[in-house]
Amino acid sequence: MLIFLLNQQKIETDQHPGTVLLDFIRNDNRLFGTKEGCREGDCGACTVLTGRYDGDKVVYRAVNSCLLPIGSLQGKHVVTLEGLNGIENTVLQDAFVYEHASQCGFCTPGFIVSLTDFLLNNADLKFQEAIDSISGNICRCTGYASIRRAIDRFILDVKNKIDLQPELRIQQLISAGQLPAYFAEIPVRMAELVADTSPVKNGKIIAGGTDLFVQQADALRSASVQFVDDAAVHHQIRVENNECIIAAATTMEDMRRSPIFQKIIPDFDKFAKLIASKPIRERATLAGNIVNASPIADFTIILLALDATVELEKNGSGRHVALHDFYLGYKQLDLQPDEKIASIRFPVPHGDYAFNFEKVSRRTHLDIASVNTAALIAYENSTIQSARLSAGGVAPVPFLLRESSAFLTGNEINDAVVQQAIDIAAAEISPISDVRGSADYKRTLLCQLIFAHFHEKFPQVLSEEASL
Amino acid sequence: MKNYDTNLHVRGESRFVDDFPAPDNTLHAAVKGSAVAHGTIKSIHLENAENYPGVRRILLAKDVPGENQIGSIIQDEQLLAAVEVHFIGQPIAIVVAETPEQAREAVALIAIEYEEKPVVTDPRVAAEKGQLIAPARTFSCGDTDAAWEKCDVIVSGTAASGGQEHLYLETQGCLAMPKEDGGLKLISSTQGPTAVQRIVARVLGLPMHKIEVDVLRLGGGFGGKEDQATAWATMAALAAYCMQQPVKLVLRRHEDMVMTGKRHPYSSDFKIGLDKAGKILAYEATYYQNAGAAADLSTAILERTLFHSTNSYFIPNVKATALSCRTNLPPNTAFRGFGGPQAMFVIESAIAAAAEKMGVTPATIQDKNLWQDGDETPYGQIIQESRIKSCWHETVERYDIEKLQQNVRRFNERNQEVKKGFAMMPVTFGISFTNTALNQAGALVHVYNDGSVGVSTGAVEMGQGVNAKLQQVAARVLGIDARRIRVDSTNTGRVANTSPTAASSGSDLNGHATRLACEQILERLQCFASRLLDVERSKISFHDDKIWVDEKPQSLQWQELTDKAYWARVSLSAQAHYATPNIHFDKSKEKGHPFAYYAYGVAATVVRLDCIRGTYIVESVDIVHDLGSSLSPKVDLGQIEGALMQGIGWLMMEDVVFSEEGRLLASTLSTYKIPDIYFAPEDLRVHILENAAHPAGLFHSKAIGEPPFMYGIGAWFALREAMKAYRSNGEIPFIAPFTPERVLMAISRLTKDE
Repeated sequence: MLIFLLNQQKIETDQHPGTVLLDFIRNDNRLFGTKEGCREGDCGACTVLTGRYDGDKVVYRAVNSCLLPIGSLQGKHVVTLEGLNGIENTVLQDAFVYEHASQCGFCTPGFIVSLTDFLLNNADLKFQEAIDSISGNICRCTGYASIRRAIDRFILDVKNKIDLQPELRIQQLISAGQLPAYFAEIPVRMAELVADTSPVKNGKIIAGGTDLFVQQADALRSASVQFVDDAAVHHQIRVENNECIIAAATTMEDMRRSPIFQKIIPDFDKFAKLIASKPIRERATLAGNIVNASPIADFTIILLALDATVELEKNGSGRHVALHDFYLGYKQLDLQPDEKIASIRFPVPHGDYAFNFEKVSRRTHLDIASVNTAALIAYENSTIQSARLSAGGVAPVPFLLRESSAFLTGNEINDAVVQQAIDIAAAEISPISDVRGSADYKRTLLCQLIFAHFHEKFPQVLSEEASL
Repeated sequence: MKNYDTNLHVRGESRFVDDFPAPDNTLHAAVKGSAVAHGTIKSIHLENAENYPGVRRILLAKDVPGENQIGSIIQDEQLLAAVEVHFIGQPIAIVVAETPEQAREAVALIAIEYEEKPVVTDPRVAAEKGQLIAPARTFSCGDTDAAWEKCDVIVSGTAASGGQEHLYLETQGCLAMPKEDGGLKLISSTQGPTAVQRIVARVLGLPMHKIEVDVLRLGGGFGGKEDQATAWATMAALAAYCMQQPVKLVLRRHEDMVMTGKRHPYSSDFKIGLDKAGKILAYEATYYQNAGAAADLSTAILERTLFHSTNSYFIPNVKATALSCRTNLPPNTAFRGFGGPQAMFVIESAIAAAAEKMGVTPATIQDKNLWQDGDETPYGQIIQESRIKSCWHETVERYDIEKLQQNVRRFNERNQEVKKGFAMMPVTFGISFTNTALNQAGALVHVYNDGSVGVSTGAVEMGQGVNAKLQQVAARVLGIDARRIRVDSTNTGRVANTSPTAASSGSDLNGHATRLACEQILERLQCFASRLLDVERSKISFHDDKIWVDEKPQSLQWQELTDKAYWARVSLSAQAHYATPNIHFDKSKEKGHPFAYYAYGVAATVVRLDCIRGTYIVESVDIVHDLGSSLSPKVDLGQIEGALMQGIGWLMMEDVVFSEEGRLLASTLSTYKIPDIYFAPEDLRVHILENAAHPAGLFHSKAIGEPPFMYGIGAWFALREAMKAYRSNGEIPFIAPFTPERVLMAISRLTKDE
């Protein structure tokens, strides 16, 4: 039996663990404030908060309930908009009312819940981070201008009510009437929740489920499933012997928040925000991104350029496979039955190096790339010591641009060399036409994005006339 | 004035169709659609689906008790395809089961064999084959043939604009519940409750009075639920009627995207002629509208295309011809702008092409040709009280357009890989349903004897704020606090024979009807108060919840008066009907006075292009908009900002792509992208034209819903200018939407001016 908290209520259910939370909330609990807009994590109307223990504290994150199997909720606290309502409106709700930031109202609950994540977690309540918190919320009515005004107003108003002491945030919000009082009891109540059965150890492994539940939700509602214990692996990013080692179930937001990663790739925050939306990144795991084997997987493309290796594990024994050898063909992996990824590691770059990630999609945020590419270039003065370029959307697998990488190594960075690297790359790829773009476009775009790597990182050595 | 429902929305307490607690015995329906875009059904195998757990019944065309026909203007669309199928997703069977999951799973088990026929998706191909929904129509004035020789510059070309998915966040849906006498009550997400009532009655073979349709609110409509909510409501009704149990039918997003129509794609030819000074002397256009497989509202939309063929410009010689072409796509339908945006894209393309040839900016030509009072439109309406020039001049001065353009030029001189482009976009949009008969509305107002007021009209609240405006109207007429007034759901039993809430006219028409009903009650209460206070009626007025005599407040207040009136047997209810005066149109001559008035405005847009990646953002939009004297400035501002964003989305991102076989390729939100908050213009300024009271309007206001949508067209032309600033030699075809792909591929074909 699965046990968790839903708002103030203790839930004990025998429902199939592959049931998505959205259906459980609406159909079984008749909480209709959470809306169904798309069932694929692309609109945010179904956003809820999930709270889990992180150390000795309960931390809440906004997630898409349409992609969240209830089997992953053991011991957690799920909060819907109903669970945030007080008798009076909060300043967040009032700001939306005042600024007419809601028109038809169908998307509004999702916006309020996403911004509550921001309110609970953002240390200094920065406007731009508030915008990122709603990167997964679509509104078709307002054009967002009034939502921006409401966020401005809300931040101002809430700063008048609480001090900016993140560690006391929940307590302060309760005192200021911005969070229902029952939140104070939740950590104790959560600690008392104990599953009365041991977790299932066979069936389809589900980590974040952010793509599985887009593609296969109907099947997973009755299939045999097992869940990755996300509490245990939290924050497992470490450096040992000049290797960065990341636990398989680390989420993309864990990575974005990791000081280790930020140090290795200073622009990582910027790159991460081009990937999915914040609620998806809260759930999506590194291993999931790799085994999903999408030829366009953003994170995999980054890891390819970093020369990552996957550590595979089966019955206690393990092996290591270079990520670029892990893909055998379209959606085909060098992965045995029952084998799973334990960790991902890559050598920490040293000396002078530049890392860049480029992605172009129809919409810059929360969209799948037409083409993405990453580049890790180690250099001394203007000579390239080593180069690793990867690209997605140009081959049946996440693709390492071996030939152009090899060509670059040892060369000077200048217009002619970059152009030659581009020409070599164009010849080693095999894009196909699909809904993300024609083959011609993808080829042209990759050439442009390789140019962009150098233009971004070595602008002083390229002339302005070089592009296209 | 707050948007009526916002306080419920922010708490998640407002209910949409799928949120109503359905009765315990409610069944759920799912729909099997055609797998081919054109063909004949050879056989349908239901056994596996019928035997699936929870399945109660499967309904086919033969189960329709009345007429299997849902076409509104032209009767050419079956509720359930009987023999022929004309688009992928066309409904063939309805599965009724105990849960929505069972119904959906059983749908997948229905096996249908088809004999496939050739598929046409291109409107020009359809026109060649003579596949027209209705005979072509032509609006003309002057003599274009004679005018060409007077022109110094003549440019011709083609322009194409794409479809657009409505993407109302709440998908189509309906809950149908049988009533005791064989009738039905429907809770539907529709902009046209009467349309639903009429079609359900027709399909079930019942009189309309047996069908009650109730609409509380919609989670967005934008035209997509004007005519196309009807099919789903009718299917739910048919199932509930056959089962004599409540039935709910709510589409999933993917089903909604595949099975419902969208904005009409157009492919058009244009020819424009000007004199040396930039005066447009002649304009010809031929529009090929991609109607999809059935008429739906296509002919009405086509008509509005013709009305707006010259946008805001006076052109003495015009010939505009429009063809509604039948293809094997889902029937396309109403979407904000209703054919107007497609027409404006063509004339703006023509002006841009002419400007290029003349070596001037498009704005120079736009400015020289704006409407003036006394100008006659190609359809015979004389322009009166035109404000397009005042909006233009206000934009130029208020936002210092001269400097803005200079800044763009300077930026472009200094930057090689990032370029900016600028465009002006004037909009003149006719207000009224072009079908004159639809310009009527009814209201039923009850004053209860505790002083509270209930207002019912035909207007449907879908986020556009019509309820806030109706509340405002009643409060103003009765002189009471708006909080005393509740706007009730839209219900066919309370207000009958309603027009859909569409054509930007919901507040105008229903507001006038509300005003008239409130005025009747006011008159009765004033008479009663004059008896009670023993003063002449002309000295009595109501405001601030009080009764005033000679502008002095009396101890008698509103609430007490309503109670006394009740006990004195004064009627506290009134019904009123409003019909827009002085509009007419003669289709045999294609001349008349179809619009009550026009809404005007101008947008100045700057777009920034990343020439390496082919990506772009809308940097700023500066708008001056005429909405008369606003009933609710914040509601109207929200309409302007939201419509602009939808317009930008239509032209700069949203790409409805079908395969040659007629299959929708971007059929989910992961493939069909609409603007998110990051794509919203970085800097948006909206100025409402001042001192612009519109005497004939409802409390001097003007309609607002659609006109600002067309400001988005400016973004397309601004981006085109940015591309030309990067490389000036070569063709940039007039094909919308721009996508990063179209932009990169276009600029890679351009060359620099040496």
